[in-house]
Amino acid sequence: MNFDFSDDQKMMRDSARKFLGDRSSLKVVRQALESDATYDKALWAGIAEMGWLGTAVPEEFGGVGLGHLELCMIAEEMGRALAPVPFASSVYLATEALLMAGSDAQKKAWLPKLVTGAIGTMAVSEGTGSPKISNTHVRVTNGTLNGVKWPVADGADCDLLIVLARGGDDRLSLYLVDARGKGVESEILKTMDPTRSAAKLKFTDAPAELLGVAGQGLELVQAINDHAAVLLAFEQVGGAQASLEMAKEFAMQRVTFGRLIASYQAIKHKLADMYVATELARSNAYYGAWALSTGSSELPVAAAAARISAIDAFHLSSKENLQTHGGMGFTWAGDCHLFYRRAKWLAHVIGTNRFWKERLISQLERKNAA
Amino acid sequence: MDFNDTPEEAAFRAEVRSWLEANAPRKQNANESMRGRHSEAELLVMAKKWQAKKAEARYAQITWPKEYGGRGGTPMQQVIYNQEEANFLVAGGFFAIGLGMCIPTLMRYGSEADRQRYVGPALKGDEIWCQLFSEPSAGSDVAGLKTRAERDGDGWVINGQKVWTSGAHYSNFGIIITRTDPNVPKHKGLTMFYLDMKTPGVEVRPIRQVSGESGFNEVFFTDVRIPDSQRLGAVGEGWQVSLTTLMHERLAVGDSPGPDFDELFELTKMLELEDGPAIKNSAVREKLADFYVRGQGLKFTKFRTMTALSRGQVPGPEASIAKVVSASKLQDIASFGMELMEAGGIIQDKDLSPAAGLFQHAYLYAPGLRIAGGTDEILRNIIAERVLGLPGDIRVDKDLPFNQLKAGA
Ligand SMILES: Cc1cc2nc3c(=O)[nH]c(=O)nc-3n(C[C@H](O)[C@H](O)[C@H](O)COP(=O)(O)OP(=O)(O)OC[C@H]3O[C@@H](n4cnc5c(N)ncnc54)[C@H](O)[C@@H]3O)c2cc1C
Repeated sequence: MNFDFSDDQKMMRDSARKFLGDRSSLKVVRQALESDATYDKALWAGIAEMGWLGTAVPEEFGGVGLGHLELCMIAEEMGRALAPVPFASSVYLATEALLMAGSDAQKKAWLPKLVTGAIGTMAVSEGTGSPKISNTHVRVTNGTLNGVKWPVADGADCDLLIVLARGGDDRLSLYLVDARGKGVESEILKTMDPTRSAAKLKFTDAPAELLGVAGQGLELVQAINDHAAVLLAFEQVGGAQASLEMAKEFAMQRVTFGRLIASYQAIKHKLADMYVATELARSNAYYGAWALSTGSSELPVAAAAARISAIDAFHLSSKENLQTHGGMGFTWAGDCHLFYRRAKWLAHVIGTNRFWKERLISQLERKNAA
Repeated sequence: MDFNDTPEEAAFRAEVRSWLEANAPRKQNANESMRGRHSEAELLVMAKKWQAKKAEARYAQITWPKEYGGRGGTPMQQVIYNQEEANFLVAGGFFAIGLGMCIPTLMRYGSEADRQRYVGPALKGDEIWCQLFSEPSAGSDVAGLKTRAERDGDGWVINGQKVWTSGAHYSNFGIIITRTDPNVPKHKGLTMFYLDMKTPGVEVRPIRQVSGESGFNEVFFTDVRIPDSQRLGAVGEGWQVSLTTLMHERLAVGDSPGPDFDELFELTKMLELEDGPAIKNSAVREKLADFYVRGQGLKFTKFRTMTALSRGQVPGPEASIAKVVSASKLQDIASFGMELMEAGGIIQDKDLSPAAGLFQHAYLYAPGLRIAGGTDEILRNIIAERVLGLPGDIRVDKDLPFNQLKAGA
C-alpha cells in the first residue's frame, strides 16, 4: 500500500507554503479584510506567474500539464494561508467546468486566459435555498441571457461566467457568458468573510453560449462540484491545521492559575479533538484526491465524504481555536476570526454539509443497488 | 406543580401589561428589535428615557427595596415583568451590568452615603456602571490581576490596566478590583473600589470585536487618585467582595439573546431545499427537535431555579448550566440557520438575508458569549467541582505570595 503523495508532489506543497508564507501572510489577509478591494491583485498576479492556475490544465491550452494531485497540494496551502484570491472560483470551478464540458473551441478560447490570470466563476444560486429548476428563473432565449443571480463568488471581478439557466426548452443548462461583454451588471455584496467577495449579477440580454449538453445543467453542476469538493477539502484541511497550530501555540504560552492552559485537560482534549477531526478529514481528502486523479467511479462517494469531513474539521478547529484564545479570540484585531469566517465561507460555496450528507447516502444507495 | 399565574401574579401581569400598553409600542413580530436600526448613541438616549419611565413606575428593579426605588417585589414579579416587556419595542441592555452586578455590590459594601448618592441615578438610567475586573493576564484567573492601588495619605493611587470592560466607553462609574498587597497570596492582597470614569488618569480605548461592534474596551489607569471612602469592603477583602459581584453575574448573564428555536422554525418554513420546503426535510426536522429539546430543558431548568428563588433560596452554582447551554446553542442555531440558506447564507445583508441577517450576526457574536462572564471550560469546572463535588485541579499558585509567582501567573 502506498496511500501518500509522491516526494515531488510534497516538494510542490513545500514551495507553495514558502511562496504563500511570503506573499499571503496573515498581514496580507488582514489588508483584504480591512480594505474595499475584493481580492489581492498582487498575490493573484504572483500566483498566475507561478503557473498554479494551470496546474491541471493540459499544455496545449497553456497549462502546466500536471494533475489533480499536484493541485491538491497547492489547495492545502491556499487554505492554510487563507489566500484572499479567487483561486477556488477560477481554478476548481470555472477551469474544471471547461475541462469537463467545454468544446475544443471553448477550451481554446478560455483556458489560455484563465491560466494566465483571467478570472472565471460559476453563477448557480438565485438567492437563498438550494438551486433547482423551480428556483431558477434566469433564462436564455435566442442566445441571450436575462435575470439575476446571487451570490456569485468573485462575481464582480470575473472575466468568464458559467451560468445555470433555463433554455428555450425550459430545461436547465450551463452557459458561458463573457462577464466583460455587454448586458452584465454587478453589485458587490457584504459577505461573512470579507476577504472573499461575492456579487449580485444582473443580466440584460447578455450573449450566452451553451456549455456541454443541453438540459444537463444540474448534473453538470454536480459533476463539477464533485471535483471542487475534493480540492476545497484540501483548502479546508489546510485551514483546520493552521487553526490547530495557532491554538497550540497560544495554549503553550498562556498561563492561568499558575499553569499553562495547555496543561489543562479541557484544553488538551479540545486540541486533541481538533487534531483527530483534521486527520480524518485529511485522510478522506486523500481518498478523494485518488478518486479524482484516477477518474474513478468512486468519485461521487469519495468527494462527498471528503467535503463533509473537511467542513466539520474546519468548523470545529476554527471555532475552538477562537475559544482557546479567550477574550483575545473575540477581537477584530486578533486573527482567530479570519479562520472562523473563512471556514463558514468554504462550508457554503458548493452546497452545505446538509446537502452533501444527503448526496453521500443517495450515492451509497445507488452503489449498493448496482 | 402549576404553571398558571396565582391570582396575585395574574393581577400583577394585567397591571404590567396595561402600563406597557400605555407607555410603549408593541412589537410587530417577536424578532423586531431596535438594534441594527439605530446607532449605539441613539439607542443609549432611547434606553435612558425608557429606564427613567420604568423607574418612575417602580418597574426598574422590582425586587429591590422600596427605599432604593424598587418595588419590594418578588423574583416572580420580575420574571413576569420581563416576559411582558419582551413583547414591546423598547431599548435596553445598557444597565444590566450596573444594576445586575455593580450596584448590588455597592449596596452591600458601600456606605449609607454611597447608597443615597448612587443607587437612584443608576436605577433611573442617568448613570451607567461598568465592571473593571479582567486584565490582559487575568481573565478566568481574575485573582492574578496586577493593577496596583497604593496608599497615599488618606486616599489611594491606582496604576495599571483593565481589559474587555463592556460599556466602559459610555459608563459614568465602575467598580474596580486592585492589588493592594503583593506580599501575600494572590486572593488575599486584593481590594475593591468604585470610581468615576472621568477621574484624571483614566483612559478608555474601545476594542473592536469579531462581530464588528466595539462593545468592550481597554481601560488604562495612570496615577489615578481616589479617596478611601470609595473603597468597597475591607482592605485585602477584595476577593470576597468580587464573589458577591460574580454571584450576581451568574444570575444576570445566562441568557444568550439572538435567534432561537422559534426563529429557526420560521426560517425552515420559508426556505426551499432541493426536495421541497426545509420544514418537510427529515434531517432538518431532526435538528429542529434537538434544538427544541435543548431550549425547553433550559427553560424548565430556569423555572426550577425561579421556584427556588421565590422560596427565598439563593441560586447555587447550578445556575452555570444556563450559559454553558445557551451560548453554544446560539452558535449552533446560527450556523444551522445559515446552512439552510445554502450559498445565500454567506451574505450578510439586511435586505437580502432572511430575518434581516439575524443568523449571520449571531454567528459572529456567539463566540463572545462562550467567553464572557466565565468561559465554557471554567463553567464546566464549576459544575464538576462545586455541583458534583469532584476534586479541583492541583493549584501551584494559591498559597505563594503573589510577588513570588512566575510571571504571568
Ligand atoms: C464579550 C465580552 C465581554 C466581557 N465583558 C467584561 C466586563 O465587562 N468586565 C470584565 O471584567 N471582563 C469582561 N470580559 C472578560 C471575560 O470575563 C474574560 O475574557 C474571561 O473570563 C476569560 O478570560 P481570558 O480572556 O483572560 O481568557 P483565559 O482565562 O486566558 O482563557 C483562555 C482559554 O483557557 C481556558 N482556561 C483557562 N483556565 C482554565 C482552567 N483552569 N481549566 C480549563 N480551561 C481553562 C479558557 O476556558 C479559555 O478557553 C468580557 C469578555 C468578553 C468576550
